[in-house]
Amino acid sequence: MQKRLTRVAIAIVAVAALAGTTATANAGSAGIKGGLKIAIMPKAVNNGYFTAWAKGGTTACKEIGARCTYLGPTTATGAAQVQFINQIIQQHYNVLVISAADQNAIVPALNKAKAAGITIVTSDADVDASAAASRVTAVLPASSTRIGTAEVDWIAAATGGKGSIAILSAAATAANQNAWIAAMGPYLTSKYPNMSWVGGTVDKSVFYGNDDATTSTQQFDAILAQYPNVAGIISPTTVGVLAAAQEKKAKSLTVAITGLGLPSQMGPYITDGTVLKVGLWNPIDLGYVAVYAAAEAASGTFKGTVGSTFYAGNTKKTKKTYTVTAGGITYLGDPFTFDKSNIATFAAIY
Amino acid sequence: MKRVTFNWDKGILVFLVLTTIVGSFVTPYFANASNFSFVIQDIGEFMLMAIPMTFLIISGEIDLSIGSSLCLSSAALGYSFRHGIPFWLCIIIALLVGLACGLINGILVTKFGLQSLAVTIGTLALYRGLCFVLLGNQPVNQMPLSYTNLGSNSIPHTFLPYVTILIVIFGAIGWTTLHYTRLGRWTFAVGINVEAAKFSGIPVARLKLALFAMTGLMAGVAGIVYTFRFASASPDGATGYELSVIASVLFGGVSIAGGVGTMWGVLAAVLELGVIRSVLQLTNVSANTLLVVSGGLLLLSVAIPRAIELSRNRRKLVSSDSKS
Repeated sequence: MQKRLTRVAIAIVAVAALAGTTATANAGSAGIKGGLKIAIMPKAVNNGYFTAWAKGGTTACKEIGARCTYLGPTTATGAAQVQFINQIIQQHYNVLVISAADQNAIVPALNKAKAAGITIVTSDADVDASAAASRVTAVLPASSTRIGTAEVDWIAAATGGKGSIAILSAAATAANQNAWIAAMGPYLTSKYPNMSWVGGTVDKSVFYGNDDATTSTQQFDAILAQYPNVAGIISPTTVGVLAAAQEKKAKSLTVAITGLGLPSQMGPYITDGTVLKVGLWNPIDLGYVAVYAAAEAASGTFKGTVGSTFYAGNTKKTKKTYTVTAGGITYLGDPFTFDKSNIATFAAIY
Repeated sequence: MKRVTFNWDKGILVFLVLTTIVGSFVTPYFANASNFSFVIQDIGEFMLMAIPMTFLIISGEIDLSIGSSLCLSSAALGYSFRHGIPFWLCIIIALLVGLACGLINGILVTKFGLQSLAVTIGTLALYRGLCFVLLGNQPVNQMPLSYTNLGSNSIPHTFLPYVTILIVIFGAIGWTTLHYTRLGRWTFAVGINVEAAKFSGIPVARLKLALFAMTGLMAGVAGIVYTFRFASASPDGATGYELSVIASVLFGGVSIAGGVGTMWGVLAAVLELGVIRSVLQLTNVSANTLLVVSGGLLLLSVAIPRAIELSRNRRKLVSSDSKS
């Protein structure tokens, strides 16, 4: 009986191995090993943003002849994600592309995966800086500076480069938003001499909507009451920018609005001209580039050291090179801009 | 005449063996040392918390704050470590915080005569809030590796994670105490009929206070295991664990009405839930389906014993009818 069991097991493994060989046959780009087994793990499944992120990853997998699986927990906690990291260790995956649901809790599991020979790239959300060694690189949307300065460019486009500007942010303690706002201040002053901050300096021009729809609307009204001549409002948060667009439309106001917005939510307001343009990173690109980074690292052609480079894209036209910056972080580049020309396409995706 | 009666807790054991055998056949990734190590690690905290919860539910009480108690002791560990207290002392503080969580529940229930369901719904939120007060939005990391490695490594020369030691020790203590000591008999007696238990001289209030304290203390132990395993303390840790613990206790054949249950049924149930999750995951069943399966299993565990009971009663009724 024991022997027969062993034989059955061997047969299963052999079939699996054969399946692996067939996949290897249609390897895509030169330099990347064909037939890599890649896991794409979101913070949580059932989330439109991550579905789009995985879509980009899956496209990259097809181009490089890899076998991709999209898997992850239903709740975005580190503990839940660890169970799935353990699963991919057991199933002998070659590559893990993961958006960290908890920057600390998944680190021991990632280290185990690394010890088991799995190449790890974080994407969208990185692990804590103290655990940077557990992954090859982190593929993140854009640096704080680029996100902040891009928003200033959008508001300048909407106001014609003149007038005073206010900011409708998330919570006062929100680290991301504060970093972006810090980058906006000097950039506006130097690049757009005809523009200014309503409060004199950028710090005195920020209102906090706490990422709550009602509070954001109240704070939006407060800006207009306090500064009736305000030319534009930047809201670097999806909740705030949506609340601002809704209120502007409801009250037929003229103040220009921009910020970081989800295309699906902002679609109607861009289509009807309430908002000229908003931006956000493109999760599809994020997943796509992360899979390329991970596959090249797994093939030994990319080390992830600061200054090292990898490419993404399988044709000459689409091929783009990315460079690892301080902390092992690779930025996608500029945040992605949505306007009338492309909003319909992206509104359907996320 | 000797009759083999079906008990749910025996059924769980059969189920556990079946799942393990089926799992070994359907996926080559299941039956190996590293996977068993993952399964044990995955259920470690639940095992440790299910043991006192079994006592509590058999006695007719419940503790919904157990997940928050775990988090608060983990947060206390992280908070004291952040403030430069020696790590061994941080561990003791974590245990004391867990004990205090349980004592507060116990005092509110026994001294003020409040219902444990209501009390612990309150402390569920209260203890969780305190986690955020202690840690703010900043999780604590970079704890000494000599400790946190105990959470991820195995006992040398074996595949068993270190938490196995705790499971064996506390499992054995829980088992013998529940089934072979006076404290265990009292627990059942109180759960079956609290008035009768009072009249027969059982110190009901003191017993319940002790059970709540024990539950808090074990949440503290689980909190330390949790902190080591994830090498960090976070204010949102172990969210929703209370329901998983209670679900596995019920799945193990303990009656939510109190008075009925076995320790080995519960221990087997926690293990079975870990094994079945592993088998489903390794056969690439999606996370959404996992939720459906675990919910379905819990329903079955409540429904099947009830169905058996009903059919037995009907048979009794029929036979007594035919006699008359």
